[in-house]
Amino acid sequence: MDGDGEELTAQETALYDRQIRVWGADAQRRLSKAHVLVYGMKGTIAEFCKNIVLAGVGSLTLIDDRIASEEAFSSNFLIPPDENVYGGKTLAQLCCDSLKDFNPMVRVSVQKGDLSSFDVEFFNNFDVVVVSSCSLPAKKLANEKCRKISKRVAFYTVDCRDSCGEIFVDLQDYKYSKKKLEETIECHLRYPSFEEALSVPWKELPRKTSKLYFAMRVIEKFEEAEGRSAGEVSVADLPGVLKLKKELCAEQSLNESHVPDTLLERLVTSTLEFPPVCAIIGGILGQEVIKAISGKGDPLKNFFFFDAFDGKGIIENISNSNA
Amino acid sequence: MPGKAGMMLTFQRFCVYPQNTHTIRLPLAASYSSSLPMASEAIKGAKVLMVGAGGIGCELLKTLALSGFRDIHIIDMDTIEVSNLNRQFLFRQSHVGQSKAKVARDAVLKFRPHINIQPYHANVKDPEFNVDFFKQFNVVLNGLDNLDARRHVNRLCLAADVPLVESGTTGFLGQVTVHVKGKTECYECQPKPAPKTYPVCTITSTPSKFVHCIVWAKDLLFAKLFGDKNQDNDLNVRSSDAASSSENVEDVFVRRNDEDIEQYGKKIFDHVFGYNIELALSNEETWKNRNRPKPIYSKDILSDELAQPNGNVDKKCAFDDEFSVSAMKSLGMKNPQDIWSLKENSRIFLEALRLFFTHRGKDVGNLTFDKDDQLAVEFVTAAANIRAASFGIPPYSLFEAKGIAGNIVHAVATTNAVIAGLIVIETIKVLQNDIKSYRMTYCLEHPSRKMLLMPVEPFEPNKSCYVCSETPLSLEINTKRAKLKDFVEKIVKAKLGMNLPLIMNSSNLLYEAGDVEDDMVAIYSANLEKVLAELPSPVTGGTMLTVEDMQQEFVCNVNIKHREEFDEEKEPDSMVLSGWTQHVSAPENKDKPAANNGASTSGASVPAVESDEISIVSPTKKRKLTNVPNAPGNEARNHQDELQVIDDEDDLVMLEGNMEGFKKRKLS
Repeated sequence: MDGDGEELTAQETALYDRQIRVWGADAQRRLSKAHVLVYGMKGTIAEFCKNIVLAGVGSLTLIDDRIASEEAFSSNFLIPPDENVYGGKTLAQLCCDSLKDFNPMVRVSVQKGDLSSFDVEFFNNFDVVVVSSCSLPAKKLANEKCRKISKRVAFYTVDCRDSCGEIFVDLQDYKYSKKKLEETIECHLRYPSFEEALSVPWKELPRKTSKLYFAMRVIEKFEEAEGRSAGEVSVADLPGVLKLKKELCAEQSLNESHVPDTLLERLVTSTLEFPPVCAIIGGILGQEVIKAISGKGDPLKNFFFFDAFDGKGIIENISNSNA
Repeated sequence: MPGKAGMMLTFQRFCVYPQNTHTIRLPLAASYSSSLPMASEAIKGAKVLMVGAGGIGCELLKTLALSGFRDIHIIDMDTIEVSNLNRQFLFRQSHVGQSKAKVARDAVLKFRPHINIQPYHANVKDPEFNVDFFKQFNVVLNGLDNLDARRHVNRLCLAADVPLVESGTTGFLGQVTVHVKGKTECYECQPKPAPKTYPVCTITSTPSKFVHCIVWAKDLLFAKLFGDKNQDNDLNVRSSDAASSSENVEDVFVRRNDEDIEQYGKKIFDHVFGYNIELALSNEETWKNRNRPKPIYSKDILSDELAQPNGNVDKKCAFDDEFSVSAMKSLGMKNPQDIWSLKENSRIFLEALRLFFTHRGKDVGNLTFDKDDQLAVEFVTAAANIRAASFGIPPYSLFEAKGIAGNIVHAVATTNAVIAGLIVIETIKVLQNDIKSYRMTYCLEHPSRKMLLMPVEPFEPNKSCYVCSETPLSLEINTKRAKLKDFVEKIVKAKLGMNLPLIMNSSNLLYEAGDVEDDMVAIYSANLEKVLAELPSPVTGGTMLTVEDMQQEFVCNVNIKHREEFDEEKEPDSMVLSGWTQHVSAPENKDKPAANNGASTSGASVPAVESDEISIVSPTKKRKLTNVPNAPGNEARNHQDELQVIDDEDDLVMLEGNMEGFKKRKLS
């Protein structure tokens, strides 16, 4: 529902005071009109949802038909570990119940179904789409559907394994303005789709490109080749993964040292999320979505990586123009 | 559930990953296998103290619980306010007014019912939190919002030899730092932005920035009209004409019983904005090199309204209760982001003043400014704006003025979440004693060399740090004029951050705070009022004073140097402390306070962040917000010398650009 008139209500002003001081009343108004879709309710997404509900978006729609299990709430603070409460319900349903509590002004709801089953018209209901726990084909498909819509639908993927995390951003053709000292500067960014980004030959990327980028692509390809769902790998798959890595590096003429075996081992062995990384990635993602909705602030382009081992949070620009 | 196989698997793999980078020389860490089960064991058995259950605290408690921590103690003295709810997500509307520590605990137990969380609704500076208390913990995690408490905790952690993980956030910026006694810098080894102080003459006579007008409106005018009448107040303008006796001025501000409130209001208005300005103008010397202010009289601004005698009294606006009394409401002004005209400001001024007397009469005489007091904020905004108009300073909206007057930190949930994650990562390293892997991590708004999260190795302790290295300090002071109480308030408490100090001259105890034997109370009180050179054990040039805080277990030696004269503007305290990690208002090095509300407004070279900073909030001009907080201990201010504005901000020291400068003193 759009806000009443153009002014923020007294209730909104009181609640959002501290963040209005960060991004302004105008941005807050735009947030209250935004509709966000989220797929895959694991720990990182739970963090992200918490952040944007607190920020005051117009609505949040959750998709995840998986039935709740003990594994689900190892990193997800939205799910009460009481079987009487969670028994039989889907992850989306449980998270929805908790999220509503955080901010009564945000409309939180559940959508049933598999991501691939929704058509372009469905995605047209949203301003932002965030997918996780998603296979490579499903990611590409969802991204393409979003790009078919005339109004811009911002598209994000997020993936956290072991103590690493990856965010992908696609804002398509994005124009925004910012103030530098007394001037207003007009900015224009052109984002590649997920498929386009992945098609950039590895050897054309800067030498120092984050190793995590390549490692994630190897595992993604492995899961696709083996017909697995996202995250459905274990240490038993390591030989197969390392073999695939060799093949891909040869194909891409990339020195194998760019994709360390130890990193791959980490990522296949513990596919569960690490709560501190969920908080970090969920926070960065939250901020990015807020920027895109409000039109304020430089959005990151187009990948973000974090690895708790070195503690760096790095932005990589993986696109053909390499601008 | 704690100890689940799935979770253990995650942590088994967590150890330092060897990687070489081009600037930071990371040592090759132990290989994987050697740290297999250590992380989860260390976490399970850890006893952690959190100080602060606010923005960072809520995120941190949640992440600690999810990460497998089972024994967490949390101290917070605050209760929940509505403005907390945009980010302190463990709290609900229904919790407003309740203890943050307790509610946070209850909320987390909902998704981790079997862990132990011990809340303390108390001030971390309370005596119960002594060194023995701190010693029971493996690590202390700070989520505080003021420098004072941070320094206090730093000293206790040093005394107890417990590692401290510090953190702070402001808007999109944040940082996490690790402090281990003897191994890394302590929290006070590096200079932190110090309390911003303004000479009293700037506030009373020659304001040049909006914040000066706010300080005047809040600490002088508001205090004079609605605060404790017995307090000293510098509302008088200093003029060369000594004939303006204080008795006349007192008469003006006191409202006689039968005095019509509208008349009273206009009288005050004309006195402070008209007469006082004319008086100031009469001192030619002041205005030689400055723009002259313009006196403003109510009849000139509100000429059309004055024609209706008492007409406004009838149009009374009904208010639900005394908390909703508001001049804006009364005058039909809705938007706190509007910038009011001089006329509107004047109307608000008079209406707010009237409403205080008619609707909140019992409060008059014992009010202190509270940023959540709508009427007070309206009054201070209007008063500051009118004064600003007088001095040619652009006005601010109520929203902005409130932020300045109330020392409001702008804050969002996302930054706190990121910082909380980083804190837990450092905590796990600390528990494993993995010293070489400790990092100071900075969360940036704009990437630096592709990094939004930038880890840096900690430094070795600063050998001249007076807190952790016991370096003696020097104090230049006029021992024939300054009193012991000046030394205690301005140096020992304000600058050295001691809470309950003890002052000794050799073996002679000059002063002791806190619980003192009856026969000593009078002696100490008398000593405070004595001039240094006239103390029972005289303090003169060459004397070495020992100051100590028993609770913080912190001792410091101060060499006294006698000096006759001090520069009133540059050294308003008439004291100069050296060897103390001095605040930097115009840093030469790369360290710079970033995006805190305490950016220097001295007009001196401002940290580089200002020129790079891209304003996201302000629609028209980039505004430098500065602090005008209502810090505890304000009662102790010495009104004669200056108005001390204590910086209660989260302080951030941003490192940017060349990392080379830091290589020299890195840990490894």
